[in-house]
Amino acid sequence: MNARFFHTTPSFKHGVHPDDYKHLTRDRPIERLPFPDSVVVPISQHLGRPSKPIVSPGQYVYRGQLIGEATGFVSSPMHAPMSGVVREIMLHHHPSGNMTEAVVIDRDPLSAQTLFGERRIDWRSMSAKEIIDEIGIGGFVGLGGAAFPTHVKLTIPEGKKARFFIVNAAECEPYLNSDYRILLEKREAVFEGIRVYLKALGAERAYIGTESNKADAARFMREGIPSDLPCEVVEMETKYPQGAEKMLIEAVLHKEVPSGKLPIDVEVVVNNVGTVAGVGELFLFGQPLIERVVTITGPGIKTPANLMIPIGTRLSDVVAYCDGIMDNTRQILFGGPMMGTAQRFLDVPIMKGTSGVLFLTEDKVVHREEYPCIRCQRCVDACPVYLNPSRLGALAGARLYEDMLDYHIMDCMECAACSFVCPSNIPLVQRFRVAKGLLREQQARENEKQKAQS
Amino acid sequence: MMSREHPDLLLTTSPFVKDPADASWIMWQVNFALMPIAAAAFWYFGLAALLVMTAGILGAMSMEFAVLKMASGFPGKILDGSALLTGLLLALTLPPGIPLWMAFVGGAVSIGLGKAVFGGVGSNMFNPALVGRAFLQAAFPVAMTSWPAVSSADRFVSASSSLFAFPFMTPTVDGISSATPLSARFFDGVSAPLQDLLIGNTSGSLGETAGLLILVCGAYLAIRRVFNWRIPLAIFGSVILLTSILYQIDPEIYPSAGFHLFAGGMMLGAVFMATDPVTSPLTQKGCWIFGAGIGVMAVVIRQWGGLPEGVMYAVLLMNAMTPLIDRFTQARTFGSTRSERFTR
Repeated sequence: MNARFFHTTPSFKHGVHPDDYKHLTRDRPIERLPFPDSVVVPISQHLGRPSKPIVSPGQYVYRGQLIGEATGFVSSPMHAPMSGVVREIMLHHHPSGNMTEAVVIDRDPLSAQTLFGERRIDWRSMSAKEIIDEIGIGGFVGLGGAAFPTHVKLTIPEGKKARFFIVNAAECEPYLNSDYRILLEKREAVFEGIRVYLKALGAERAYIGTESNKADAARFMREGIPSDLPCEVVEMETKYPQGAEKMLIEAVLHKEVPSGKLPIDVEVVVNNVGTVAGVGELFLFGQPLIERVVTITGPGIKTPANLMIPIGTRLSDVVAYCDGIMDNTRQILFGGPMMGTAQRFLDVPIMKGTSGVLFLTEDKVVHREEYPCIRCQRCVDACPVYLNPSRLGALAGARLYEDMLDYHIMDCMECAACSFVCPSNIPLVQRFRVAKGLLREQQARENEKQKAQS
Repeated sequence: MMSREHPDLLLTTSPFVKDPADASWIMWQVNFALMPIAAAAFWYFGLAALLVMTAGILGAMSMEFAVLKMASGFPGKILDGSALLTGLLLALTLPPGIPLWMAFVGGAVSIGLGKAVFGGVGSNMFNPALVGRAFLQAAFPVAMTSWPAVSSADRFVSASSSLFAFPFMTPTVDGISSATPLSARFFDGVSAPLQDLLIGNTSGSLGETAGLLILVCGAYLAIRRVFNWRIPLAIFGSVILLTSILYQIDPEIYPSAGFHLFAGGMMLGAVFMATDPVTSPLTQKGCWIFGAGIGVMAVVIRQWGGLPEGVMYAVLLMNAMTPLIDRFTQARTFGSTRSERFTR
C-alpha cells in the first residue's frame, strides 16, 4: 500500500481490473519506423464522412501535402505521409474488415522526406475559430481509438461553455503504452497543445488524467508544468475503462455526464494525449497528422516496440521491422484487447486511430464455452454505467430487443467489462452490439416512415 | 511480406482477454469452503455424518446424471461442481440419524424438483438443496425431527441402525433422541450454553452446529469474492436488531441475539443457502432487502410459528420474492436520476 492509503484514489465506480501486460513495451522508447516502399491511405479513418481524394495517379506528392479534402463538417482531410508518387486510388483492405477506397503512394527513393511547408504557426495571435480551423485542416482526430474529428469536438455549440479541458492519458487498455511514452517523450508538445486547447476552448483549467500504473509519467509531467499554465495532473486508480470519457470526467471532476448527453453538457472537453501532443507539434512545426505512435506488442511479435509510424504503413512492413511474428500467432488486433478489432490480413494499413497492434498466440486466445447465467452479479458490479448486463443478456438471447430499451441498452458504451468478468462466458457485449445495431436501424426506419407520412 | 493473408488468424470480436474465474470455479470454491464444515460434522456425529453426506451427494449426482443423459442440450455438466454442491448442502441440513435412502431421495428431489424442472442450472427459482429439504420435511416429519446425541462415544466405530432402515418401513431412531438447542429453548425453556453453540457441540443437523466455523468459511468466500457478503450481513443485522428488541421486552420468552444467530440453521442458512447467486437478487440494494427479509422471517417463524426452526422457509420465501426485488431495486443508470429509471 502506498502513502495515499487514507486518500481515495480518484476513479469511477465499478469497472474491472484486467492484467495489464504493460511491461512488454513499457521501457521501450519511441523508435521511428523507416519509411516503407509504399503506403495505403484509406479515405475513411475517422468517424464521420470519408474524405475525398484530390490527387490523381502519377502525381508527385510531398510529405505533409493535402491529398484528400473533408467532405463536410464532421469529416477530416488527409495528408501524404511521405513524399512520392501516387500509384493509384483503389479498393483496399481496411482494418474494419471492409474494403474501402485508399490512396496508394510509392515512396520517392531520392526524397529526404522533409516536411512540406514546415513552419511555426503563431496561435497566440489567432482567434479561437482560426485555431480550430487550423486543427481541422491538419486532419486531427482522436488518437485514442475512436478517431472523432478534433475540430468538431473543439467547436462548442451555441449557448454552451467549456470550462475544463481533460487530457486523456488513462490508457486503461491492457498492453498499450503509446500514451505513456508520449507523456515521457513529448512533454513539451503536450504542454504546448494544452495551451492551444485552452485558448481554442476558452477554458479556465486543464487536467492530465493518467493511471497509477504510470505514476512515474505522472510525476514527470507534474514536475514540468510551466508556472503560468493552469494545469494539474490527476493520478487515478488503474482500472478499466478509466479512459472512457464519462468515466474520466467522473474520476477527475466528480461530475456525471447526463445519460444521452455529451461532456460539453457538464462544461468539459476531453481529448487524447496523443492528439494534444500532435496539435502542439502542428503549431510548433506545422506538421499535420501524418504519423502516430503505435505500440506493437503481445506474445506473438518477436520484438515488441513503440513505433512512430507513418499513417498508411501496411501492417506487414511493421511486422517485418519487428523481426516477424511467432509461428503460433492466432490473433492480430488493432487496438487493445478489450475493445480492439481482430484482423484477417497483414496488408491492412495503420490508421490515425490505431493506438496499438496486439499479437496474441494460441495460448492467449480466449476460448469461450458458454454456461447458463448463474446471476453472480459480477457483470452488474463491473458495468461502469450501472446497467444490468445479466438481464440485458437474457433479453438479447430471447431477441426481446425492444424490452432492452427499458433496461437502458442505449446507454451501453460497449466497453466489454461485462463479457470480461462473466464466469459463464456469456457473450454479453457481443449481443449488445447486435441489439443496439438493430434498434438503431428500427428507429431509423420508423423515422423514415413518419417522414413519408407527414 | 507477400503473404497477403495469414492462414491461421482467428476472427472474433472483443474482448480478447477474460477474467480467469468461471462458473465451475465458483462452485468448486463453495464446495471447498464446505470441507471444514463437513469435517466438523464428521467430528461431532462420526460415521453417520459420512454416510448421510455420501447418500445425499450420490442422490443429487445420480439425478443430475440422469437428467443430463435424458435431455440432450440440457445446460450444465456432471462435474461442474453444482450437483455435488447441492447434494452436500442438503446433507448438511439433515439430522445425523436420517435413513440413508431418505438422504438419497432428498438429493435426487433437490436436483429434479429444485433445479431440473425449471430448466437446469441458472433457471431455478428456489435454492435446490432447500427444496429437497422441504420435501423431506413434509414427507418424513418424524425422521426429520429425530436428533441423535452429539459426540457420542462410539460414533467413529458404529453407526445408528436407523440409517440403514429399509425404504418406506418406519424408521426407528435408537439410542437417546435428544433435543436441539432450539426445541430445548422453545419447548422446554432450557438454553444451551453459548460456547457449545459457537463450537458446535450440540445436537442438530449435520452441518449447522459449528457456528464459528461456518462464519470463518463464509469469510473466506467473501474475501475470494465468490458470494455477496451483503446477504449474510443483512441477515445478521436484522436478526440482531429484531431479537435484541424482543429480548428487552421479555428475556424469558425471547432468547438473546447471540442464541438466535448461533442456534439451529441460522449460520448455515445465512452463509451458504441465502447466498446462492441464482436465487438471490442481482442488485446490491436488493441483496440488503433480501437478507433483511430472511432475518425477520426466520425470527418470526421461530418465535411465533409452530416449528422451532424457520430459516429454511424464510430463505425459500425470499427466493420467491427475488424477481420482484430485482424489478424494484434496479439501479439508476449513470448520468440519470432515480425518476428516469423506467423510460416506458
